[in-house]
Amino acid sequence: MVVATAHAVAQPTGPDTPPSGSALASPARPAVRAETQQFTLSNGMTLIVRVDRRAPTAVNMLWVRAGAMDEVDGISGIAHMLEHMMFKGTPDVPVGEFSRRVAALGGRENAFTTADYTGYYQQVPVNRLQDVMKLEADRFAHNSWPDAEFLKEREVVAEERRMRTEDNPRSRLYEALSAQIWTASPYHRPVVGWMGDIAAFTAEDVRDFYRRWYVPANAAVVIAGDVDVQQVRDWAEQTYGRASSAAVPARKPRPEPPQVGMRRFDFRAPADQAYVAMAFRAPGLESLEPDAIKTPDSQDALALTMLSAVLDGYSGARLGRTLARGPKRVADGVDASYSPVARGPRVFYLAGIPAQGHTAAQLEAALRGEVARIAREGVDEAELRRVKTQWRAGEIFQRDSVFSQARDLGSNWVQGLPPDADSQLLDRLETVTSDQLKSVASRYFGDDQLTVGTLVPLPRDPAKLPRTQADEARPGAVVH
Amino acid sequence: MLARPSLSIGLRLLAACLAVMAATAHAALPIEHWSRPDGAEVFFVESRAVPIIDAQIDFDAGSRREPAPMAGLASVTAGMLDKGVRADGNAPPMNEDALDDAWADLGAQFGAGAGNDRFSFTLRSLADPALLARAAALAARQIGEPSFPDAVWTTERQRIAAALREAETRPGTRAARLYDKAVFGQHPYGSETTEASLQAITTAAMREFHARLRPCGAKISIVGALDRSQADQLASALLSRLKAQACAPLPAVPRVQPLALAQDIRQPFKSAQAHVYIGQPGIARADPDYFALTVGNYILGGGGFVSRLTQQVREQRGLSYSVYSSFDPALDAGAFTIGLQTRPDQAAQAVGVVREVLATFVADGPTEAELKAAKDNLVGGFPLRLDSNAKLVGNVANIAWNHLPLDYLDTWTARVEAVGVADIRAAFQRVLQPERMVTVVVGGAS
Repeated sequence: MVVATAHAVAQPTGPDTPPSGSALASPARPAVRAETQQFTLSNGMTLIVRVDRRAPTAVNMLWVRAGAMDEVDGISGIAHMLEHMMFKGTPDVPVGEFSRRVAALGGRENAFTTADYTGYYQQVPVNRLQDVMKLEADRFAHNSWPDAEFLKEREVVAEERRMRTEDNPRSRLYEALSAQIWTASPYHRPVVGWMGDIAAFTAEDVRDFYRRWYVPANAAVVIAGDVDVQQVRDWAEQTYGRASSAAVPARKPRPEPPQVGMRRFDFRAPADQAYVAMAFRAPGLESLEPDAIKTPDSQDALALTMLSAVLDGYSGARLGRTLARGPKRVADGVDASYSPVARGPRVFYLAGIPAQGHTAAQLEAALRGEVARIAREGVDEAELRRVKTQWRAGEIFQRDSVFSQARDLGSNWVQGLPPDADSQLLDRLETVTSDQLKSVASRYFGDDQLTVGTLVPLPRDPAKLPRTQADEARPGAVVH
Repeated sequence: MLARPSLSIGLRLLAACLAVMAATAHAALPIEHWSRPDGAEVFFVESRAVPIIDAQIDFDAGSRREPAPMAGLASVTAGMLDKGVRADGNAPPMNEDALDDAWADLGAQFGAGAGNDRFSFTLRSLADPALLARAAALAARQIGEPSFPDAVWTTERQRIAAALREAETRPGTRAARLYDKAVFGQHPYGSETTEASLQAITTAAMREFHARLRPCGAKISIVGALDRSQADQLASALLSRLKAQACAPLPAVPRVQPLALAQDIRQPFKSAQAHVYIGQPGIARADPDYFALTVGNYILGGGGFVSRLTQQVREQRGLSYSVYSSFDPALDAGAFTIGLQTRPDQAAQAVGVVREVLATFVADGPTEAELKAAKDNLVGGFPLRLDSNAKLVGNVANIAWNHLPLDYLDTWTARVEAVGVADIRAAFQRVLQPERMVTVVVGGAS
C-alpha cells in the first residue's frame, strides 16, 4: 500500500508522449492509450474516470481537498483524526461494518492524510465497484458515531504518533524543521498533530471539521480500471451525486512572511548517527496553462525540479556519486528533494548522514558545494538527457499499476491541475536547459532563505525509565 | 539516496498484515515452462497490456548458505554486484558510476538481493527489442562478471556498520533481533549481521560465494510484452556470462528445530512505545496445511481491520495502531509471528489480550461465519493479486521457486474454498503451541 505524501515529486504518468532523444527515441510507447474523462456531478463533486483494461479490477478513490493545512492552532491533526473516524460508521452502516463489507467484496481498503488532502480508497474486482461506490458515498455524506468510539480511536491515533514520530529521531527532526521554516503557514504544524493537541481533541472538533470541509464541491472521486465511462458516471450520480451540495467555506490565505535570514537549530535525540537537513525556500508551479507556465517563478520551478533530479534522481546521481562514494566520501547517505506542486509554499531540501569522521557541518558545506558547482559549471547535455530519460521510462512503468494511476489523478485534482498534468509536466521538463539549472542553482541556495536542522546524537541509556513527551501528554480518557 | 521520513500520515494499518497472502495466487494464467540446455528453468507469461518486461532470476544462495562467521555475506555480495564489472574480451571494465549511467540511459531498472533462501536478480525494462537487448547484455555482465572492488567494499562496510549501530538505537530493531535469535536459535534463519561478521567478510569471500550462482540452478521468471522465443533469448542472454558447470547437489542445511520451552524476554528501553513480538517456528512452504493456515491466519491476524487481533487489540481497546499475525513460509519453517507496538505501560495488557485471542483461536478454530467472510475476501479478491506485471512476476517466481504446479493459480480459489473450520483448527493445533512461544517486549521499565 502506498502513502501519497505532500512532498512527493510528481511521478511521471499519464498518456504517452513519444520520448525524444536518447535510448527512448525508439517506439517504446504504451500499447493501449489510457482514456481519462473528467465530469462534474450535479451537486458539484468532481468525477474522474480512467479506463485501463489491464485486469478485471477497479479502484474507487475519494479525494477531499482538506488536510492538515486547513486546520488551526489547538486542533492540529484533526484532519487525520477525522480520516480514522470515517471508518466508524453511518446511520445505515454501523461501526466496524464498513471494513467488513469491503472485505466481503474481496476488496482492499485504506486511507491517507497529508497537509494538502485526505484520501480514501478501495480496490475491488470490477464487478463490485458499484458496491464500494455506495459505501464510500454513504460515509462521505453521513459519517456518524458515538463519542465512545471516538475516545478509543483517539488512543489509536496517539499510538500512531508514537510509532511514526516519537520513537523516530529523524521524523522528529523533520517535524521540528517544518515548525522552524514556517511561521504563519499552516505547514508549521505536523500532519498527525502535536501530542498535546491529540490528547485534547473532542468529538465535536472532528464533527466540525467534517461538516465544514466534506462537501461535494470540495471533493473528487477517481475511478480507474476496467470500467465503462457512462456506466460509472451513472453510478456516481446515483451515489456520490446524492450528497447535499453546499458552498466550500472561504479559505484564509495565511501567507508566509518573508524569511530574511538563516535559521538554525540543533535537535538532540538518542541516535548513533548525526543527520542534517537543509530547507531552502523556493517558488512553485501554480498552473500548467500556457501563460502561467511562462512566468519566471514557473520556469524556475521547472528548473528546480530538474535540479533535484540531477542531484538525486537516480542511482549514481551527483550527490551520492560525489559525497557518499570514493576516497572523498563525507556522507553515508544523501538526499535532495523538491516538489513543484503543493497547495502551500515550497522548499527545496538537501539532507544527509555524515560518514564517520565527518561532521554535520562538513556535510552541509559539501551539499551546498555540489549546488554551487552546478551554479558555476551547469550540467552537460548527456546528464540532462539521462534525467529526462528516467522520467520518460518511469511514466511507462507507472502504467503497470492502476492504483498508482488513480493516485496521481487525484493528486493532480487536489492541486488544481488537469488529469494529464503529469504528461504535460514531462513535456515542460523536456524544455529545461543547463543554463536554467545554473541560474536557479545560483539564486535559491543562499543563506537568507535557509533553515538548517541538525540531529545531534545522544547516547542511549537503557537503564533509565521512560520519560518522553508522549508520556507527559497522555490522553486522559481511556475507554475499554 | 536515503528516504526522508514521510511528511504525510495515513494508512490506518501497516501493510505487514497482508504479507503472507501477497505471496500467493490466479486463474487461467498460462505459464509456459521449459528447461534450457544449461540446466536453467524458465517460467514465462506473455502479457502485452503495457510495453514492459519484468524478469526475476532466483538461485539457492540465500543467507542460509553463508559460512557462519560471515553472517550477511549473501546480502552484501548482492549489494556489491552493482559496484563494477570486470573486462571481458572486447568489453572494457565498468565501475559503479559507469554502470549507474548505463542503466539510467536505458531507462531500465536492475537489482540484486538476498533473503534467507534465495539470491535474486530483478530486471525491468521497456519492451523495445533494441533496448531490451542492451539491458539484458548489461545485466548479464553484472550477474556473471562482478569485479568486487576492494576499495568500494571498504567504504561500503563502514556505511553498513554505521547503519547497524544506528538501527541498534531503535527499540523495534532490538526486539526483532532478540525475537529471531530466540525463535531460530543457531539455525541460519536467525543469523544476524554484526560489525564482527562484516569484518570477517572479504571480497575474496564474495567471489567464492558468487561462484555458487550457476545456470543449472537458476529459476528464471519472465512476464511481459514478448513471445516465447524472445523470452528464451532473454533467459539465455541473462545467464550468458555465468560459468556453465555441472551442479552437484548442494549440502543439506540443518532443519529448524521446534522450541522446547516458552521464553519471555524483556528488555527495558527508553522509548515512547514498547515493541512486542510473540511466536515460534511456523511452516515450510511445502506444508500440506498451507491453505488451511493461510485462510486461518487471515481470520486471526492477517485480514486487516476485520481480523480478530485487530478487533480485540485496536478496535475494542485502542491499545495499538498496528497488530498482525503472519506465517513466513520458506524452504524450511519460517516464523509464525504476532507483532504490535503499544505504550509501555499497556504492554502487559496487550500481551495478555493477544495470548488469549491466540489460545482461543488455536483451541476452538474460527466460526463458520468467520470462515465464510475469509473466503469471500480471499476468493472474491483473487483478481487483485494479478492486476499488474509486477504482481504477476512475483507469482510466477513463487511457483517456480516452490515447485508448485503450473496450474497453481488456476486452482487457488478452489483450494481456498475447500478449507473447512475443522481443517483450520487441526492445522493450527498441529503447528502452533501457544504455551511454548517466545515473547519479546522491548521498551518501558523492566
